[in-house]
Amino acid sequence: MPTPLRTYTNGQAEIKLGGETVAAAMNDLVEQFPALRPHLFNGKSELRPFVNLFLNDENIKALQGLDTPLNEGDRLMLIPSIAGG
Amino acid sequence: MLPFLSHGEILRYSRHLLIPEVGLEGQKKLKAASVLVIGTGGLGSPVSLYLAAAGVGRIGLVDYDVVDFSNLQRQVIHGTSRIGTLKVESARDRMLDLNPDIQVDIYNEPFTSENAMRIAADYDLIIDGTDNFPTRYLTNDVCVLLGKPNVYGSIFRFDGQVSVFYAKEGPCYRCLFPEPPPPGLVPSCAEGGVLGVLPGTIGSLQATEALKLILGIGETLIGKLMLYNALDMTFEYVKLRKNPNCKICGPNPEVTELIDYEAFCGVPGHDHEEGSVGGGWDITATELSQRLQQGNHVQLLDVREPHELQISKLEGADLIPLGQLAARLSELDSAQEMVVFCKAGTRSARALELLVSAGFRKAKNLQGGINSWAREVDPSMPIY
Repeated sequence: MPTPLRTYTNGQAEIKLGGETVAAAMNDLVEQFPALRPHLFNGKSELRPFVNLFLNDENIKALQGLDTPLNEGDRLMLIPSIAGG
Repeated sequence: MLPFLSHGEILRYSRHLLIPEVGLEGQKKLKAASVLVIGTGGLGSPVSLYLAAAGVGRIGLVDYDVVDFSNLQRQVIHGTSRIGTLKVESARDRMLDLNPDIQVDIYNEPFTSENAMRIAADYDLIIDGTDNFPTRYLTNDVCVLLGKPNVYGSIFRFDGQVSVFYAKEGPCYRCLFPEPPPPGLVPSCAEGGVLGVLPGTIGSLQATEALKLILGIGETLIGKLMLYNALDMTFEYVKLRKNPNCKICGPNPEVTELIDYEAFCGVPGHDHEEGSVGGGWDITATELSQRLQQGNHVQLLDVREPHELQISKLEGADLIPLGQLAARLSELDSAQEMVVFCKAGTRSARALELLVSAGFRKAKNLQGGINSWAREVDPSMPIY
């Protein structure tokens, strides 16, 4: 969980999620932390364009998107846009 | 034809000449190279210092700002004696003191769609050390359009990112971030803070990548994004791929010339706090002080984080951090006159938007935040 979004996860950096697919795991995430939903999803339950979600070291866009299947122990990482310098 | 190195230069770069990957040939390549550093702040400081020390022959610096007291916690190229002077001049003087054998060209102007192509055209590679989204998209687009590598670094609090975006050989910044985040979601360093040494780490990595690109050695971060977290002390890498739908480097680009990046991102192209909302929604510290002295009851709402109260606070103010405001509106009385404040007026401006859209018509923003109260009303209070 990137620092800017930890406000919505009670400061938690890593969260255990369940689900057979990326979509199911992300659904688990926003059910655990409903305040996250508007930051990650648009009204059509698609990831918002500025949200970058990586499964291990691959962007899910280069896999099967939200339909990508998950295995035990996989790691999902949200990569934030940050601009400081 | 690579340039000649004097005896003085050979002695100066002796530790480089001893490395076979650099050697005399590599040092001459560095001397022949030109690098443009956008921003002379947290990232630009270590980048410029190390490129100068390494003997990059011509270094350009773009910045329009002056050295401020609050810069010196991280912007180590500047010094206390240079407060109030132009950053590009302060940086140039320090670089030429470190290495008088190089050339430093300065551009004391903001990097904008009007001047960016003209300034960047004359350099081999570009270093993105800017502090805001509009200038990052601008820097990317300039590099794609001119076919130059963009050595990217970005920081926030304890997190840093580094990559080399080079559309000729890999993805660009827009392949990873097709759109900027909505205004207000990601706090800037002026609002959210940054660990002073963090840009030292990230800027040094950018300088390393720049030198490797010039020398043509090693594995660069083209096609990879490096993520650093100073608290966990972790470096992680993810793969970046060219986005076939990229609006600037894809096969069917929509963006073929520079655009209005402030409009695209919905935020200004700098990291200074505006401190006001406009449209009659602001109140100055002096006006607020008069209202309170006249015995008017004004609900004071502090939207900063709890740890900021240790620096300064206004008597009688209620604290609801901006991130919690939407969920805690029921604690407030919309019938009452209210003044919202933060450090300098950026977070409170956002809070005010939220309040007004929730029907709070009697709320105002303290222009310039509690810092302006310290300036105008209570000089015993510190400014931060």
